[in-house]
Amino acid sequence: MIRVVLPAHLRALARVGGEVSVEVDGDVTQRSVLDALESRYPVLRGTIRDHVTHRRRAYVRFFACERDLSHDTPDVPLPPAVATGAEPFLVVGAMSGG
Amino acid sequence: MSSVRVLVGTRKGAFVLESDGRRKDWKVTGPHFGGWEIYHVKGSPADPNRIYASQSSSWFGQVVQRSDDGGRTWEPVDNRFVYDGEPGTHRWYDGTPHPWEFARVWHFEPSLTDPDTVYAGVEDAALFRSTDGGRGWHELSGLRRHPSAPGWQPGAGGMCLHTIIVDPKNENRILTAISAAGAFRSEDAGATWTPINRGLHSDVLPEPEAEVGHCVHRIAMHPSDPSVLFMQKHWDVMRSDDGGDSWREVSGNLPTDFGFTIDVHAHEPKTIYVVPIKSDSEHYPLEGRLRVYRSRSGGDEWEALGNGLPQKDCYVNVLRDAMSVDALDQCGIYFGTTGGQVYASADAGDTWAPIVRDLPAVLSVEAQTLP
Repeated sequence: MIRVVLPAHLRALARVGGEVSVEVDGDVTQRSVLDALESRYPVLRGTIRDHVTHRRRAYVRFFACERDLSHDTPDVPLPPAVATGAEPFLVVGAMSGG
Repeated sequence: MSSVRVLVGTRKGAFVLESDGRRKDWKVTGPHFGGWEIYHVKGSPADPNRIYASQSSSWFGQVVQRSDDGGRTWEPVDNRFVYDGEPGTHRWYDGTPHPWEFARVWHFEPSLTDPDTVYAGVEDAALFRSTDGGRGWHELSGLRRHPSAPGWQPGAGGMCLHTIIVDPKNENRILTAISAAGAFRSEDAGATWTPINRGLHSDVLPEPEAEVGHCVHRIAMHPSDPSVLFMQKHWDVMRSDDGGDSWREVSGNLPTDFGFTIDVHAHEPKTIYVVPIKSDSEHYPLEGRLRVYRSRSGGDEWEALGNGLPQKDCYVNVLRDAMSVDALDQCGIYFGTTGGQVYASADAGDTWAPIVRDLPAVLSVEAQTLP
Protein backbone atom coordinates (compact mmCIF):
# COMPACT_ATOMS: atom_id res chain seq x y z
CA MET A 1 0.00 0.00 0.00
CA ILE A 2 1.17 3.51 -0.80
CA ARG A 3 0.70 6.06 1.96
CA VAL A 4 -0.39 9.52 0.88
CA VAL A 5 -0.63 12.61 3.06
CA LEU A 6 -3.03 15.24 1.74
CA PRO A 7 -3.26 18.90 2.75
CA ALA A 8 -6.05 19.76 5.17
CA HIS A 9 -8.40 21.25 2.56
CA LEU A 10 -8.22 18.14 0.40
CA ARG A 11 -8.69 15.86 3.42
CA ALA A 12 -11.86 17.80 4.20
CA LEU A 13 -13.01 17.58 0.60
CA ALA A 14 -12.38 13.83 0.46
CA ARG A 15 -13.82 13.41 3.96
CA VAL A 16 -10.78 11.58 5.26
CA GLY A 17 -8.60 12.17 8.28
CA GLY A 18 -4.83 11.72 8.45
CA GLU A 19 -3.08 9.59 5.87
CA VAL A 20 -4.81 7.65 3.15
CA SER A 21 -3.55 4.46 1.55
CA VAL A 22 -3.93 3.42 -2.06
CA GLU A 23 -3.08 0.27 -3.96
CA VAL A 24 -0.92 0.70 -7.05
CA ASP A 25 -0.43 -1.93 -9.70
CA GLY A 26 2.94 -1.89 -11.44
CA ASP A 27 5.49 0.89 -11.14
CA VAL A 28 5.00 3.32 -8.29
CA THR A 29 5.22 6.74 -9.90
CA GLN A 30 3.57 10.12 -9.40
CA ARG A 31 1.16 9.25 -12.17
CA SER A 32 0.21 5.81 -10.86
CA VAL A 33 -0.20 7.06 -7.30
CA LEU A 34 -2.35 10.01 -8.37
CA ASP A 35 -4.37 7.77 -10.70
CA ALA A 36 -5.07 5.45 -7.79
CA LEU A 37 -5.82 8.33 -5.44
CA GLU A 38 -8.31 9.92 -7.86
CA SER A 39 -9.89 6.56 -8.57
CA ARG A 40 -10.55 6.00 -4.88
CA TYR A 41 -11.51 9.63 -4.18
CA PRO A 42 -13.04 11.03 -7.41
CA VAL A 43 -13.74 14.36 -5.70
CA LEU A 44 -9.99 15.03 -5.84
CA ARG A 45 -9.95 15.03 -9.64
CA GLY A 46 -8.86 18.41 -10.87
CA THR A 47 -7.66 19.61 -7.46
CA ILE A 48 -4.08 18.29 -7.60
CA ARG A 49 -3.52 18.14 -11.35
CA ASP A 50 -5.36 19.38 -14.38
CA HIS A 51 -8.28 17.27 -15.58
CA VAL A 52 -7.09 17.10 -19.15
CA THR A 53 -3.32 17.64 -19.25
CA HIS A 54 -2.67 15.99 -15.87
CA ARG A 55 -0.09 18.70 -15.18
CA ARG A 56 0.45 19.46 -11.50
CA ARG A 57 -1.41 22.57 -10.39
CA ALA A 58 0.95 25.49 -9.93
CA TYR A 59 0.44 25.84 -6.17
CA VAL A 60 0.71 22.12 -5.38
CA ARG A 61 4.01 20.41 -4.59
CA PHE A 62 5.01 16.76 -4.14
CA PHE A 63 7.50 15.78 -1.42
CA ALA A 64 8.79 12.42 -0.18
CA CYS A 65 11.78 11.27 1.82
CA GLU A 66 12.72 14.91 2.47
CA ARG A 67 13.00 15.62 -1.25
CA ASP A 68 11.00 17.92 -3.50
CA LEU A 69 9.75 15.71 -6.34
CA SER A 70 7.50 18.34 -7.87
CA HIS A 71 9.54 18.74 -11.02
CA ASP A 72 10.22 15.08 -11.65
CA THR A 73 8.40 13.75 -14.66
CA PRO A 74 5.22 11.85 -13.72
CA ASP A 75 6.54 8.47 -14.82
CA VAL A 76 9.79 8.51 -12.85
CA PRO A 77 9.65 5.85 -10.10
CA LEU A 78 9.09 7.29 -6.64
CA PRO A 79 11.70 6.52 -3.94
CA PRO A 80 11.73 2.85 -2.86
CA ALA A 81 10.67 3.85 0.66
CA VAL A 82 7.43 5.25 -0.78
CA ALA A 83 6.89 2.12 -2.86
CA THR A 84 7.30 -0.12 0.21
CA GLY A 85 5.07 2.07 2.37
CA ALA A 86 7.89 3.01 4.74
CA GLU A 87 7.50 6.69 3.86
CA PRO A 88 4.45 8.65 2.71
CA PHE A 89 4.02 10.60 -0.51
CA LEU A 90 3.19 14.16 0.51
CA VAL A 91 0.83 16.40 -1.48
CA VAL A 92 1.50 19.90 -0.21
CA GLY A 93 -0.19 23.24 -0.81
CA ALA A 94 2.57 25.73 -1.61
CA MET A 95 3.37 28.35 1.01
CA SER A 96 1.64 31.06 -1.00
CA GLY A 97 -1.78 32.08 -2.21
CA GLY A 98 -4.72 32.50 0.10
CA MET B 1 -45.37 33.34 7.45
CA SER B 2 -42.81 33.51 4.65
CA SER B 3 -39.16 33.52 5.52
CA VAL B 4 -35.90 34.57 3.91
CA ARG B 5 -32.64 32.77 3.36
CA VAL B 6 -29.62 34.81 2.28
CA LEU B 7 -26.73 32.89 0.70
CA VAL B 8 -23.39 34.64 1.11
CA GLY B 9 -20.16 33.79 -0.67
CA THR B 10 -16.95 35.17 0.80
CA ARG B 11 -13.20 35.00 0.29
CA LYS B 12 -12.99 32.30 2.96
CA GLY B 13 -16.19 30.33 2.92
CA ALA B 14 -19.96 30.41 2.50
CA PHE B 15 -22.52 31.53 5.06
CA VAL B 16 -26.28 31.03 5.24
CA LEU B 17 -28.36 33.75 6.95
CA GLU B 18 -31.98 32.95 7.81
CA SER B 19 -34.83 34.98 9.22
CA ASP B 20 -38.59 35.02 9.37
CA GLY B 21 -40.57 37.55 7.39
CA ARG B 22 -39.90 40.32 9.90
CA ARG B 23 -36.20 40.17 8.98
CA LYS B 24 -35.08 41.45 12.36
CA ASP B 25 -33.50 38.40 13.98
CA TRP B 26 -31.11 36.32 11.96
CA LYS B 27 -29.57 32.89 12.36
CA VAL B 28 -26.10 32.66 10.83
CA THR B 29 -24.53 29.34 9.86
CA GLY B 30 -21.08 28.79 8.41
CA PRO B 31 -18.44 28.95 7.32
CA HIS B 32 -19.18 26.20 4.88
CA PHE B 33 -16.06 25.22 2.91
CA GLY B 34 -13.92 27.34 5.23
CA GLY B 35 -10.72 28.61 3.69
CA TRP B 36 -11.99 28.42 0.10
CA GLU B 37 -13.13 31.32 -2.05
CA ILE B 38 -16.87 31.09 -2.64
CA TYR B 39 -17.55 33.26 -5.65
CA HIS B 40 -21.27 32.51 -5.83
CA VAL B 41 -24.02 30.55 -4.12
CA LYS B 42 -27.46 30.45 -5.69
CA GLY B 43 -30.64 28.46 -5.20
CA SER B 44 -32.99 27.10 -7.82
CA PRO B 45 -36.17 29.13 -8.30
CA ALA B 46 -37.94 25.84 -9.03
CA ASP B 47 -36.74 24.18 -5.82
CA PRO B 48 -35.26 26.59 -3.27
CA ASN B 49 -33.64 23.77 -1.34
CA ARG B 50 -31.47 22.97 -4.37
CA ILE B 51 -28.44 25.24 -4.09
CA TYR B 52 -25.25 25.42 -6.13
CA ALA B 53 -22.01 26.84 -4.74
CA SER B 54 -18.79 27.71 -6.56
CA GLN B 55 -15.84 26.78 -4.35
CA SER B 56 -12.33 27.53 -5.55
CA SER B 57 -8.81 28.26 -4.43
CA SER B 58 -5.55 29.19 -6.03
CA TRP B 59 -4.08 25.95 -4.67
CA PHE B 60 -6.68 23.39 -5.58
CA GLY B 61 -8.78 24.90 -8.35
CA GLN B 62 -12.51 24.55 -8.80
CA VAL B 63 -15.00 22.49 -6.83
CA VAL B 64 -18.78 22.64 -7.28
CA GLN B 65 -20.96 21.94 -4.28
CA ARG B 66 -24.64 21.14 -4.36
CA SER B 67 -27.15 21.08 -1.54
CA ASP B 68 -30.59 19.48 -1.67
CA ASP B 69 -31.67 20.60 1.78
CA GLY B 70 -31.34 24.35 1.75
CA GLY B 71 -27.65 24.51 2.60
CA ARG B 72 -27.56 22.22 5.62
CA THR B 73 -25.59 19.46 3.87
CA TRP B 74 -23.55 19.58 0.68
CA GLU B 75 -22.29 17.16 -1.92
CA PRO B 76 -19.41 17.85 -4.33
CA VAL B 77 -20.51 17.35 -7.93
CA ASP B 78 -18.59 17.54 -11.19
CA ASN B 79 -15.81 20.12 -11.41
CA ARG B 80 -14.66 19.38 -14.95
CA PHE B 81 -15.04 22.50 -17.08
CA VAL B 82 -13.34 21.70 -20.35
CA TYR B 83 -13.63 24.05 -23.30
CA ASP B 84 -15.19 22.57 -26.38
CA GLY B 85 -12.47 21.86 -28.96
CA GLU B 86 -9.32 23.91 -29.34
CA PRO B 87 -9.90 26.96 -27.11
CA GLY B 88 -7.58 29.33 -28.96
CA THR B 89 -6.49 32.69 -27.62
CA HIS B 90 -7.91 35.96 -26.41
CA ARG B 91 -6.09 39.21 -25.84
CA TRP B 92 -4.00 39.61 -22.69
CA TYR B 93 -3.70 42.84 -20.68
CA ASP B 94 -0.75 43.94 -22.79
CA GLY B 95 -2.60 43.25 -26.02
CA THR B 96 -0.77 40.06 -26.92
CA PRO B 97 -2.56 36.74 -27.60
CA HIS B 98 -3.09 34.61 -24.50
CA PRO B 99 -4.41 31.03 -24.35
CA TRP B 100 -7.92 30.53 -23.06
CA GLU B 101 -7.53 28.92 -19.60
CA PHE B 102 -10.24 27.92 -17.15
CA ALA B 103 -9.77 29.57 -13.76
CA ARG B 104 -13.05 29.44 -11.82
CA VAL B 105 -16.82 29.67 -11.88
CA TRP B 106 -17.95 33.22 -11.18
CA HIS B 107 -21.70 32.77 -11.37
CA PHE B 108 -24.32 30.05 -11.34
CA GLU B 109 -27.74 30.71 -12.83
CA PRO B 110 -30.17 27.89 -12.13
CA SER B 111 -33.03 27.38 -14.59
CA LEU B 112 -36.30 29.02 -13.66
CA THR B 113 -38.19 25.76 -14.15
CA ASP B 114 -35.83 22.79 -13.72
CA PRO B 115 -33.67 22.37 -10.60
CA ASP B 116 -31.28 20.08 -12.48
CA THR B 117 -30.51 22.64 -15.18
CA VAL B 118 -28.00 25.30 -14.26
CA TYR B 119 -25.76 27.64 -16.22
CA ALA B 120 -22.22 28.48 -15.12
CA GLY B 121 -20.34 31.61 -16.16
CA VAL B 122 -16.61 31.05 -15.94
CA GLU B 123 -13.21 32.70 -16.25
CA ASP B 124 -11.72 32.67 -18.89
CA ALA B 125 -15.03 33.74 -20.29
CA ALA B 126 -17.33 30.96 -21.38
CA LEU B 127 -20.80 29.63 -20.65
CA PHE B 128 -21.35 26.07 -19.44
CA ARG B 129 -24.57 24.22 -18.70
CA SER B 130 -25.46 21.17 -16.69
CA THR B 131 -28.78 19.38 -17.16
CA ASP B 132 -28.20 16.76 -14.47
CA GLY B 133 -27.82 18.80 -11.32
CA GLY B 134 -24.13 19.53 -11.78
CA ARG B 135 -23.00 15.97 -12.45
CA GLY B 136 -21.69 16.98 -15.86
CA TRP B 137 -20.87 20.30 -17.54
CA HIS B 138 -20.90 21.11 -21.22
CA GLU B 139 -19.80 24.32 -22.84
CA LEU B 140 -22.24 26.30 -24.97
CA SER B 141 -19.32 27.17 -27.14
CA GLY B 142 -21.11 29.41 -29.62
CA LEU B 143 -20.37 32.34 -27.34
CA ARG B 144 -16.64 31.72 -27.06
CA ARG B 145 -16.52 31.02 -30.79
CA HIS B 146 -18.00 34.41 -31.63
CA PRO B 147 -15.75 36.07 -34.24
CA SER B 148 -14.93 38.88 -31.81
CA ALA B 149 -13.63 36.51 -29.09
CA PRO B 150 -9.92 36.56 -30.04
CA GLY B 151 -10.06 40.29 -29.32
CA TRP B 152 -11.68 40.02 -25.88
CA GLN B 153 -9.53 41.32 -23.06
CA PRO B 154 -9.73 40.72 -19.28
CA GLY B 155 -10.93 43.28 -16.80
CA ALA B 156 -8.98 43.81 -13.59
CA GLY B 157 -10.61 40.76 -11.99
CA GLY B 158 -9.90 38.46 -14.91
CA MET B 159 -11.79 37.72 -18.10
CA CYS B 160 -14.95 36.55 -16.44
CA LEU B 161 -18.46 35.76 -17.59
CA HIS B 162 -20.25 37.08 -14.53
CA THR B 163 -23.86 37.76 -15.51
CA ILE B 164 -26.40 35.28 -16.89
CA ILE B 165 -30.05 36.18 -17.31
CA VAL B 166 -32.59 33.72 -18.68
CA ASP B 167 -35.71 35.41 -20.03
CA PRO B 168 -38.60 34.18 -17.87
CA LYS B 169 -40.99 34.46 -20.82
CA ASN B 170 -38.73 32.70 -23.31
CA GLU B 171 -36.06 30.37 -21.94
CA ASN B 172 -34.36 30.27 -25.33
CA ARG B 173 -33.39 33.90 -24.82
CA ILE B 174 -30.29 34.24 -22.66
CA LEU B 175 -28.23 37.32 -21.84
CA THR B 176 -24.65 37.20 -20.64
CA ALA B 177 -22.06 39.81 -19.76
CA ILE B 178 -18.30 39.53 -19.81
CA SER B 179 -15.61 41.79 -18.40
CA ALA B 180 -14.28 43.27 -20.54
CA ALA B 181 -16.03 42.16 -23.72
CA GLY B 182 -19.55 43.42 -23.08
CA ALA B 183 -23.06 42.03 -23.25
CA PHE B 184 -24.27 39.26 -25.56
CA ARG B 185 -27.70 37.79 -26.31
CA SER B 186 -28.76 34.42 -27.61
CA GLU B 187 -32.21 33.70 -29.04
CA ASP B 188 -31.59 29.98 -29.52
CA ALA B 189 -30.79 28.68 -26.02
CA GLY B 190 -27.12 29.55 -26.25
CA ALA B 191 -26.20 28.17 -29.66
CA THR B 192 -25.46 31.52 -31.31
CA TRP B 193 -24.82 34.96 -29.87
CA THR B 194 -25.06 38.61 -30.82
CA PRO B 195 -23.19 41.45 -29.10
CA ILE B 196 -25.69 43.94 -27.63
CA ASN B 197 -23.56 46.95 -26.78
CA ARG B 198 -24.92 49.71 -29.02
CA GLY B 199 -24.99 52.94 -27.08
CA LEU B 200 -22.18 52.02 -24.69
CA HIS B 201 -19.28 54.43 -24.65
CA SER B 202 -15.90 53.58 -23.11
CA ASP B 203 -13.14 56.14 -23.39
CA VAL B 204 -10.51 53.52 -22.61
CA LEU B 205 -11.15 51.84 -25.97
CA PRO B 206 -9.43 53.04 -29.14
CA GLU B 207 -12.91 53.07 -30.66
CA PRO B 208 -15.10 54.22 -27.70
CA GLU B 209 -18.33 52.92 -29.22
CA ALA B 210 -16.91 49.62 -30.47
CA GLU B 211 -19.22 46.63 -30.84
CA VAL B 212 -17.30 44.71 -28.13
CA GLY B 213 -14.67 45.51 -25.51
CA HIS B 214 -16.80 47.28 -22.91
CA CYS B 215 -16.37 46.45 -19.25
CA VAL B 216 -19.94 45.66 -18.30
CA HIS B 217 -20.09 44.99 -14.56
CA ARG B 218 -23.66 43.78 -14.09
CA ILE B 219 -27.04 43.65 -15.84
CA ALA B 220 -30.37 43.39 -14.03
CA MET B 221 -33.89 42.76 -15.29
CA HIS B 222 -37.35 42.65 -13.75
CA PRO B 223 -39.15 39.44 -14.73
CA SER B 224 -42.37 41.27 -15.60
CA ASP B 225 -40.74 43.07 -18.54
CA PRO B 226 -37.68 41.33 -19.99
CA SER B 227 -37.30 44.00 -22.64
CA VAL B 228 -36.15 46.52 -20.02
CA LEU B 229 -32.58 46.02 -18.84
CA PHE B 230 -30.42 47.98 -16.44
CA MET B 231 -26.64 47.94 -16.55
CA GLN B 232 -23.86 49.08 -14.27
CA LYS B 233 -20.92 49.53 -16.59
CA HIS B 234 -17.37 50.23 -15.41
CA TRP B 235 -18.39 53.86 -15.60
CA ASP B 236 -22.02 54.75 -16.48
CA VAL B 237 -25.37 53.34 -15.46
CA MET B 238 -27.28 52.37 -18.59
CA ARG B 239 -30.78 51.29 -19.57
CA SER B 240 -32.21 49.44 -22.53
CA ASP B 241 -35.90 49.36 -23.45
CA ASP B 242 -35.46 46.96 -26.35
CA GLY B 243 -33.87 43.89 -24.79
CA GLY B 244 -30.35 45.22 -25.26
CA ASP B 245 -30.56 46.32 -28.90
CA SER B 246 -29.68 49.82 -27.75
CA TRP B 247 -28.68 51.49 -24.50
CA ARG B 248 -28.88 54.99 -23.10
CA GLU B 249 -27.18 56.44 -20.08
CA VAL B 250 -29.36 56.97 -16.97
CA SER B 251 -26.65 58.01 -14.50
CA GLY B 252 -28.52 61.30 -13.98
CA ASN B 253 -27.68 62.91 -10.64
CA LEU B 254 -25.56 60.07 -9.25
CA PRO B 255 -22.50 61.52 -7.49
CA THR B 256 -20.32 59.04 -9.37
CA ASP B 257 -21.48 56.53 -11.93
CA PHE B 258 -18.71 54.01 -11.33
CA GLY B 259 -19.85 50.90 -9.50
CA PHE B 260 -20.24 47.17 -9.71
CA THR B 261 -23.71 46.06 -8.69
CA ILE B 262 -27.24 46.93 -9.79
CA ASP B 263 -30.56 45.34 -8.92
CA VAL B 264 -34.31 45.82 -9.36
CA HIS B 265 -37.07 45.97 -6.72
CA ALA B 266 -39.09 42.75 -6.61
CA HIS B 267 -42.46 44.42 -7.22
CA GLU B 268 -41.66 47.76 -8.84
CA PRO B 269 -40.05 47.13 -12.23
CA LYS B 270 -38.74 50.68 -12.53
CA THR B 271 -37.25 50.91 -9.03
CA ILE B 272 -33.54 50.16 -9.23
CA TYR B 273 -30.58 50.25 -6.87
CA VAL B 274 -26.86 50.92 -7.31
CA VAL B 275 -23.96 51.52 -4.94
CA PRO B 276 -21.82 54.34 -6.36
CA ILE B 277 -18.09 53.81 -5.96
CA LYS B 278 -15.64 56.69 -6.19
CA SER B 279 -13.60 55.64 -9.23
CA ASP B 280 -12.04 52.80 -11.16
CA SER B 281 -8.98 52.83 -8.90
CA GLU B 282 -10.58 54.10 -5.68
CA HIS B 283 -12.95 51.25 -4.94
CA TYR B 284 -14.82 52.78 -2.00
CA PRO B 285 -17.76 55.11 -1.45
CA LEU B 286 -17.42 58.86 -1.84
CA GLU B 287 -16.43 60.77 1.31
CA GLY B 288 -16.36 57.58 3.39
CA ARG B 289 -20.18 57.46 3.36
CA LEU B 290 -21.76 54.18 2.36
CA ARG B 291 -24.93 54.94 0.45
CA VAL B 292 -27.19 52.95 -1.81
CA TYR B 293 -28.86 55.03 -4.50
CA ARG B 294 -32.42 54.28 -5.56
CA SER B 295 -34.23 55.43 -8.65
CA ARG B 296 -37.99 54.96 -8.82
CA SER B 297 -38.10 56.01 -12.45
CA GLY B 298 -35.79 53.44 -13.98
CA GLY B 299 -32.82 55.79 -13.84
CA ASP B 300 -31.95 59.46 -14.38
CA GLU B 301 -33.33 60.58 -10.98
CA TRP B 302 -31.66 59.08 -7.94
CA GLU B 303 -32.01 59.42 -4.17
CA ALA B 304 -29.35 58.55 -1.60
CA LEU B 305 -30.23 55.91 1.02
CA GLY B 306 -27.91 55.89 4.01
CA ASN B 307 -30.14 55.51 7.04
CA GLY B 308 -28.45 52.82 9.13
CA LEU B 309 -25.35 52.59 6.94
CA PRO B 310 -21.97 53.98 8.09
CA GLN B 311 -21.73 57.66 7.15
CA LYS B 312 -18.11 58.27 8.03
CA ASP B 313 -14.78 56.51 7.60
CA CYS B 314 -16.26 53.74 5.45
CA TYR B 315 -14.00 52.55 2.64
CA VAL B 316 -15.41 49.20 1.58
CA ASN B 317 -16.48 48.03 -1.85
CA VAL B 318 -19.65 46.25 -2.96
CA LEU B 319 -18.91 43.74 -5.70
CA ARG B 320 -21.06 42.93 -8.71
CA ASP B 321 -22.78 39.82 -7.37
CA ALA B 322 -23.14 41.15 -3.83
CA MET B 323 -26.64 42.65 -3.96
CA SER B 324 -29.98 40.87 -4.02
CA VAL B 325 -33.66 41.39 -3.26
CA ASP B 326 -36.30 39.21 -1.65
CA ALA B 327 -39.91 38.97 -2.85
CA LEU B 328 -41.81 39.57 0.36
CA ASP B 329 -44.66 42.10 0.17
CA GLN B 330 -42.37 44.76 1.58
CA CYS B 331 -39.34 44.14 -0.65
CA GLY B 332 -36.10 43.41 1.19
CA ILE B 333 -32.74 44.55 -0.19
CA TYR B 334 -29.44 42.96 0.82
CA PHE B 335 -25.83 43.71 0.02
CA GLY B 336 -22.43 42.60 1.24
CA THR B 337 -19.15 44.48 1.41
CA THR B 338 -15.49 43.71 1.06
CA GLY B 339 -15.28 44.62 4.75
CA GLY B 340 -17.39 41.60 5.65
CA GLN B 341 -20.67 43.29 6.47
CA VAL B 342 -24.01 42.13 5.10
CA TYR B 343 -26.65 44.85 5.34
CA ALA B 344 -30.38 44.33 5.02
CA SER B 345 -33.28 46.66 4.47
CA ALA B 346 -36.79 45.34 5.09
CA ASP B 347 -38.39 48.50 3.69
CA ALA B 348 -37.06 48.73 0.15
CA GLY B 349 -33.97 50.67 1.16
CA ASP B 350 -35.40 53.36 3.44
CA THR B 351 -33.57 51.99 6.50
CA TRP B 352 -30.72 49.53 6.86
CA ALA B 353 -29.20 47.33 9.55
CA PRO B 354 -26.32 44.91 9.49
CA ILE B 355 -27.12 41.20 9.67
CA VAL B 356 -23.45 40.41 10.27
CA ARG B 357 -20.47 42.74 10.51
CA ASP B 358 -17.34 40.63 10.49
CA LEU B 359 -17.40 38.02 7.76
CA PRO B 360 -14.51 37.63 5.33
CA ALA B 361 -14.75 39.90 2.28
CA VAL B 362 -18.15 39.30 0.68
CA LEU B 363 -18.14 38.21 -2.96
CA SER B 364 -21.80 37.40 -3.49
CA VAL B 365 -25.23 37.71 -1.88
CA GLU B 366 -28.37 35.91 -3.02
CA ALA B 367 -31.71 36.21 -1.24
CA GLN B 368 -34.29 33.43 -1.36
CA THR B 369 -37.91 33.96 -0.39
CA LEU B 370 -39.28 30.80 1.18
CA PRO B 371 -42.94 29.88 1.67
